[in-house]
Amino acid sequence: MYYEASGWSVILFVGIVLVVLLISYHFGRKTKTSSGYYAAGGNIHWSVNGIAFAGDYLSAASFLGICGMIAVSGYDGFLYSIGYLAGWIVALFLVAEPMKKLGKYTFTDALDAKFDSKGIKLVAAISTLMVSIFYLIPQMVGAGSLITPLLGMPHWVGVVLVGTIVTIIVATAGMASTTYVQFMKGGMLIVFSIALVFLIFSRGISTEPDQGGDVPFRGFTTIKTLALEPHGIVLEDTTYKIINEYSDKEKKLRFLKLEKAGEVTIWRVNEADSLIDETLYVLNKSDGTTLYNGAPKEEKKFYQVGHMSDLGDEEETRTGTLDVFSFIEKIKKGTVVRWSKHVLMDGNDKLSIYYQNPTPGSEVLKPGQKFKVDAAKGATLTNQIDFISLMIALFFGTAALPHILIRYYTVSSPSAARKSTIVAISVIGLFYVLTLYMGLGAMVNGVIDLTNDNMSAPLLAKSFGVLIFSIISALAFATILGTVSGLIVASAGAVAHDLMDKFRNKNLSDKKKVIYGKFASVVVGAIAIGFGILFKEMNVSYLVGWAFAIAASANLPAILMVLFWKKTTAQGVIASVIVGLVSALGLILLSQETYNNVYGLVGVHAPVQINNPAIFSVPLSFISLVVVSILTQKNRKNGINAINDDNNDGGNGKNKKFAYNSK
Amino acid sequence: MHGPSTDWKKDYSSPLKELFGKWFFILYTIVYAGFIIISVVSPSLMATDVGSINVAISYGFLLIIIAIVLAFAYNHFCTRAEEMMQPEDDEEVI
Repeated sequence: MYYEASGWSVILFVGIVLVVLLISYHFGRKTKTSSGYYAAGGNIHWSVNGIAFAGDYLSAASFLGICGMIAVSGYDGFLYSIGYLAGWIVALFLVAEPMKKLGKYTFTDALDAKFDSKGIKLVAAISTLMVSIFYLIPQMVGAGSLITPLLGMPHWVGVVLVGTIVTIIVATAGMASTTYVQFMKGGMLIVFSIALVFLIFSRGISTEPDQGGDVPFRGFTTIKTLALEPHGIVLEDTTYKIINEYSDKEKKLRFLKLEKAGEVTIWRVNEADSLIDETLYVLNKSDGTTLYNGAPKEEKKFYQVGHMSDLGDEEETRTGTLDVFSFIEKIKKGTVVRWSKHVLMDGNDKLSIYYQNPTPGSEVLKPGQKFKVDAAKGATLTNQIDFISLMIALFFGTAALPHILIRYYTVSSPSAARKSTIVAISVIGLFYVLTLYMGLGAMVNGVIDLTNDNMSAPLLAKSFGVLIFSIISALAFATILGTVSGLIVASAGAVAHDLMDKFRNKNLSDKKKVIYGKFASVVVGAIAIGFGILFKEMNVSYLVGWAFAIAASANLPAILMVLFWKKTTAQGVIASVIVGLVSALGLILLSQETYNNVYGLVGVHAPVQINNPAIFSVPLSFISLVVVSILTQKNRKNGINAINDDNNDGGNGKNKKFAYNSK
Repeated sequence: MHGPSTDWKKDYSSPLKELFGKWFFILYTIVYAGFIIISVVSPSLMATDVGSINVAISYGFLLIIIAIVLAFAYNHFCTRAEEMMQPEDDEEVI
């Protein structure tokens, strides 16, 4: 889709950036110590920290990805909301207070508190980096997606811009500025999302949504067919010339390429009604050019979609003001025209066809459009395992995300850690309820950009006026700034504090720790920019699913077992982190979705059919920890004896690889 | 204001709080698992009407609401435990 910048967008965008930089400058001057840099001095009030938690967590994936997925697939996007929130239960009930008690600046500190093992420091730091980078990719992709409509710049400019600003935030004041940026944005995001949902209710639903009168509804053309035999289709309207026919027997799809007055269009054959339906298409030509509905982007031939073809009552074409229940009820009783995508190769060119898929509202409002779960509708066991696996990853991933874990160190006490988690749960819970309405609102208001479903929520806002669009977009942009800065602080902590200082035993001076941290954040920022440009095409919520799966597999089993199983040994923890990390990553890299969406291999059968590894990698990680811990019990006892003897060298000789020094 | 210090005292209520945490966690996990099981085993149940909405949406909202309610309940119990179990050595006995 083609976007133009508006004056308001530019003003608000510049405003947000200035405020953020001012906050960083203010705290940057105060931040001299490593505690100030990595943990904001540990004196953030729990209520501020709670909102900042929400700011950290309600990332581009939550706001852009979930709304986009609901807009395109209905209820299945909301499953992410449910899973993301449920994850906080693990964080609150099991992890919050003990983490705060054990650690100082990073998650590695807490994991290693009982052992003082170099191996743990190394693997935990690597795992922190891996999870952070996987979480960073979708944030950066989201940044690029936003900049395009907001400022009319190309995707890569957005990525570079966010990367640079965030690196400045983190490299100046670390966790203090990050916290206040998060606080500001978390609060504003909630307020304006509520406003947007009220606007959706007050507009109601129409079968011909016209974006509040701004963009006339574009009806969809159909052409009657007189004969439907393969390669023998005859159209009633003879002004169209058939150029080509494509068919996918497995999916029972047939498409026609037609030409009329020099204009090339693609149509889907609707055999049941003896019709062909208009589609939208994107053609990636082998020479590098891309055509949208047969024309370059600037000609605006590719339009926004999303409407209901009926509201459950033949007479009714437009509702009045709706509420939280009647809005859902209207959708449930009507039919939503969803859009499905089919990709095929046309010679050397890649052709992505988006075709209408009218779906009963009752189907849209239950699981099954994206994740196949219903065996009666052809879902296989693999599909079902995939779904369960995703829900496990979301549940166990939250409490193991490094940028969430480090926020426990910015408050003063374990009880403050607990209270700030409760504030976070309340705010985040409210927001996730709103995502359902924003997503469904985008679905029926004719605002979806099929080439970029991440833009659904901001484009929905745009249909209510440029000002609210600018506010929502600027907020979404601030969301990304906040989350990315949190992730970079976590990564910088892993590199400078865990690896440089503790692992290499350098005993850095406080000043040097801060300098190393700042340097590390610049490097991580640069890496994030690179990935953000590389992974442009992917739905951000899907990528975040990966980060959760890796966090749930590599970090959570170790965290839980260290807290709750006395027989856990350092070797057990190391095994668990390595096995979790390698198995989760391996399964992801060999999965079908990665083959299709990342490597761009169309029609290739991947070795792993499930797309979310958690159901295998999480138990595997737990088992490794238990088995290795049992096998190394002797070492544990030696370690403890050594500690009891207060012998600094204790354990070094007996345990060749990992020593327990006195603690 | 109480306790803004990086060196907090020994927390006598820790074991009790851990116990609360574990039980609340198990309780929520059961409700969450129920949601996943219904989705997989009986997807048609998810489409059943509940008033003007359906089971899928009401169960989803319920999971969010229960999380918030349990969080407040947990905080309430923990705060009580902290108040009751902290020795009164440095406070005057009423």
